Amino acid sequence: MPENGKVAVRVKVNSKEYSREVEPRLLLVEFLREDLELCGTHIGCDTTYCGACTVLFNGAAVKSCTMFAVQADGAEITTVEGLERNGELHPIQKAFADCHGLQCGYCTPGMMLSALQLLSRVKNPDEKQIRRAIAGNTCRCTGYQNIFKAIEAAAESLGGSHQGG
Amino acid sequence: MNGEPQPGGWVGRELPRKEDNRLLRGRGKFVDDIRLRDMLYLRFVRSPYAHAKVVRVDVSAAEAVPGVVCTLTGPEVAQQTQPFIEIGPDPFARIKDYPFAVSKARYQGEPVAAVIATSPHIADDAAELVQVEYEGLDAVVDAEHALEDKVLLHEDAGTNRVWRGVFEYGDMEKAFREAAHIVSIDHLHFHRFSSTPLENNAVIAHWDAKDEHIYYWCNNSFPSFAIQFLAAHLGIPIDRIRVQTFDIGGSFGIKITSYPQMAACALASKKAGGRPVKWIETRSEHNISSAHGNERTFRDTRVALDRNGVITGIASRHIDDCGAYPRYEPLGCVIWAQVFPGVYRFKNARIDFSQAVTNKCPVGPNRGYSRMQHLWFLERVIDICAHELGIPGDEMRLRNYIRPEEFPYTTPNGCVYDSGNYPKMLRVAKDRIGWDDWKRKQAAARQDGRLIGIGIGTTLDSGTNNFGQSQIVNPHAPFSGNSQGANCKLDIYGEVVVAVGSCPQGQGHETTAAQVVADVLNIHPDMITVRTGFDTERNVHTGASGTYASQFAVSGLSAVHGAAQKLKTEMKRLGAFLLETSEKNLEFGAGQQGPEIRRKDNGQAVNYWRLANVVNVNSAVLPAELYDVTLNCRYVWRAPFKVPDKEKKYGNLTLTYASQLHIAVVEIDRGIFVPRILDYVAVDDCGKVINPPIVEGQVYGATAHGIGAALMESCVYDSVGNMLTATFSDYTPITSMNMPAVKYAHIETPSPHSYSGAKGMGEGGAAPVHTISAALQDALFASGIIIQDSFNNGDSLYRAMVSKEICQADRLVKLEKRF
Repeated sequence: MPENGKVAVRVKVNSKEYSREVEPRLLLVEFLREDLELCGTHIGCDTTYCGACTVLFNGAAVKSCTMFAVQADGAEITTVEGLERNGELHPIQKAFADCHGLQCGYCTPGMMLSALQLLSRVKNPDEKQIRRAIAGNTCRCTGYQNIFKAIEAAAESLGGSHQGG
Repeated sequence: MNGEPQPGGWVGRELPRKEDNRLLRGRGKFVDDIRLRDMLYLRFVRSPYAHAKVVRVDVSAAEAVPGVVCTLTGPEVAQQTQPFIEIGPDPFARIKDYPFAVSKARYQGEPVAAVIATSPHIADDAAELVQVEYEGLDAVVDAEHALEDKVLLHEDAGTNRVWRGVFEYGDMEKAFREAAHIVSIDHLHFHRFSSTPLENNAVIAHWDAKDEHIYYWCNNSFPSFAIQFLAAHLGIPIDRIRVQTFDIGGSFGIKITSYPQMAACALASKKAGGRPVKWIETRSEHNISSAHGNERTFRDTRVALDRNGVITGIASRHIDDCGAYPRYEPLGCVIWAQVFPGVYRFKNARIDFSQAVTNKCPVGPNRGYSRMQHLWFLERVIDICAHELGIPGDEMRLRNYIRPEEFPYTTPNGCVYDSGNYPKMLRVAKDRIGWDDWKRKQAAARQDGRLIGIGIGTTLDSGTNNFGQSQIVNPHAPFSGNSQGANCKLDIYGEVVVAVGSCPQGQGHETTAAQVVADVLNIHPDMITVRTGFDTERNVHTGASGTYASQFAVSGLSAVHGAAQKLKTEMKRLGAFLLETSEKNLEFGAGQQGPEIRRKDNGQAVNYWRLANVVNVNSAVLPAELYDVTLNCRYVWRAPFKVPDKEKKYGNLTLTYASQLHIAVVEIDRGIFVPRILDYVAVDDCGKVINPPIVEGQVYGATAHGIGAALMESCVYDSVGNMLTATFSDYTPITSMNMPAVKYAHIETPSPHSYSGAKGMGEGGAAPVHTISAALQDALFASGIIIQDSFNNGDSLYRAMVSKEICQADRLVKLEKRF
């Protein structure tokens, strides 16, 4: 540990390598937002309930408010900013737009990443699997109905071949 | 009433939202995403007690922490500022409300001090070091107890009663004298909850010492209201306060009352030498101290009915609980009267309405504000009376609904319901859910000992309020009418740019405003830029601008439509000159060079670039008679309201009345008493629909809030004022696991009160709260249980059904058969 009490962290976020020195208490979500300036990942609660901060961590959907940045050392992370390819929306993003699966958009990044974890594991999820996949993601605008539709639509357009973010 | 023909037909179409592109890419701009040079971070120190004298605040240890720039305490803020404006009358207007507790704290979570530091972590750490000495006082957490004035919150007022008024119409004496039946209901209670937007409150304030302006970047959802409070409080001309909002992560009304925190941030910025100060509320802070919805108790209700079960009169006493400070209140003491008779035809009523302060979080206008409490009450009255008289709930409603042919319908208190068809909504809902089939299944399930209930909730979403109703609570209140401003221009390069004074939080205002302008100019909505968010300087606003009270489709889009029409008129004059023809020979559309005006006879066209060019940078070509053309057109739409009669409490309080009818099928688990929704339908009528998916999305969202409120979400306080549901993990907002599949349908009764026939519809009227109560009631009538509260979960149903502590019909309801 350097003398200033900070800890070195190397991560790959959205295919880009970053090296930073951080306070050990820094949360992963704070690291992403403040140190890497990837503000698409949001904070909505302080008890790991809402999932607005969900990112893919080595392919698994995690709530980045509930990990320290130092725990991400060596990890590969996907945030919402990493979904599009050369300006083209990812099928999950397109499905959310087509199905009106978002209103204020605050939960949407985390919601899409939880959905992507599901779609990387289950080709054609049923309604129950979809509901479970986003059980840890709170949306206060949509009543979830169109989010369910969006995830179904994304599953269809990905044709079950997608392997995560 | 109907605007000119709309050639493009964009209004009414399913159109993808303009907002989605940035939000889906993680490029939304929320307050916490903004970082300014030399920015500081504020952390509040909050009272752990619901009611306590603040004897001493010692900030010395906090100020000694490296990185702490300054602190703020109540007494120093009180010295520098005026107390916030009070909307209500004396004696309660004598209270002194500041951003911080000054001599005592009146609710758990009230700010007592603040620490301002160079990082959020330093501010957090240092806030822990602030030493506050409290002297505990008895807390009063129940509004009825508060009205006894044994424990006073505000000594300056000398009472806990914020307001009292009697709303009486018709001939009550006759209604009760001639009644065939009189039903009495002792007590009903609408619980406290909040729509808890996912993004918490957030403020950046910069009190710039160079120009003595205050710059705000925030997510307040009614900034025109906030700046009126802030200017008076801070003693600064209102023009020197600039408020900007960008993307907002939900508000549902709750973010209207963030002005005290906005004031604290400005004062912190000033004290810190003009450095910008950011405050990002945590979820726990939000739950405990931002704003909750109004809680209301209904006492001594007496209902007069004729032989057929038609209600002829209602008398009742309502006590509203506004928490520790009336920050938007006592407006809620009259806003419910927008829907005085609900969807029903009774003409005689007497409601004795009081509001009290209690040692709980102040309330704010939560989605369905003040009307949903009253509408829930009326729906309980309908079901209880129906049961007492042996009339099915659906039949009872049909006998009492205002009839379709009676619209526009004037209510006993002078409100004009624009349009509606409640019997049709009931038919549609019954068809959609399979009413008869569920009735058969319910009967069969009863045979098996299962408890299934089927309930109907009919509700109103009154939109575009008349601020004149404030004069019913305070004759000296300087507010009436309603207005919204919009600006529509061709910029120097001919780009169509629209600005409007709303603060959208997911309602798709950029999209629907573009649809309206696209129809006026006969171009594609993609050719129109609608600015994001609210801005007192860059955009246009009136004193009523913001996003609240279900009104954008009416006030917002009427303003946009008016501005676009003005622009079009100017463009026609200019086009006629440039194309050397008459205005009648012109048509609007898009050609190879983008949006243009064309001659009908020979197709010769002038594009928007050229129109903007001659006005802005090439004006020597213009004749003098066109010098007034600016292509930058501001329009203020005003709602056609009158000031209500303050004495009689009579007048039109709202412009449009969207309606919703829901049916729920609910089963109560015999083992754990947890209610489970088996089937659900929502039918909506908001007049002309501007963008169908947006409307449907609003219905789903409001339905989720209502179901959450009915079954899961409650701001629970213990007897000394500790909030027991202060985190999301305790408050449990509804999730994907609890939200049933909703069957959706809509009917359209166009409003004669808006240019397009649309009605505002965002709030939804809390239909599920009424509906789930009705379904639970249907399941439990046979057990002698009255659904007494708007919140029901396994615990409360156990207490009603097994330990029989609450909700016992023989103690709550009496039927008097007169003849």
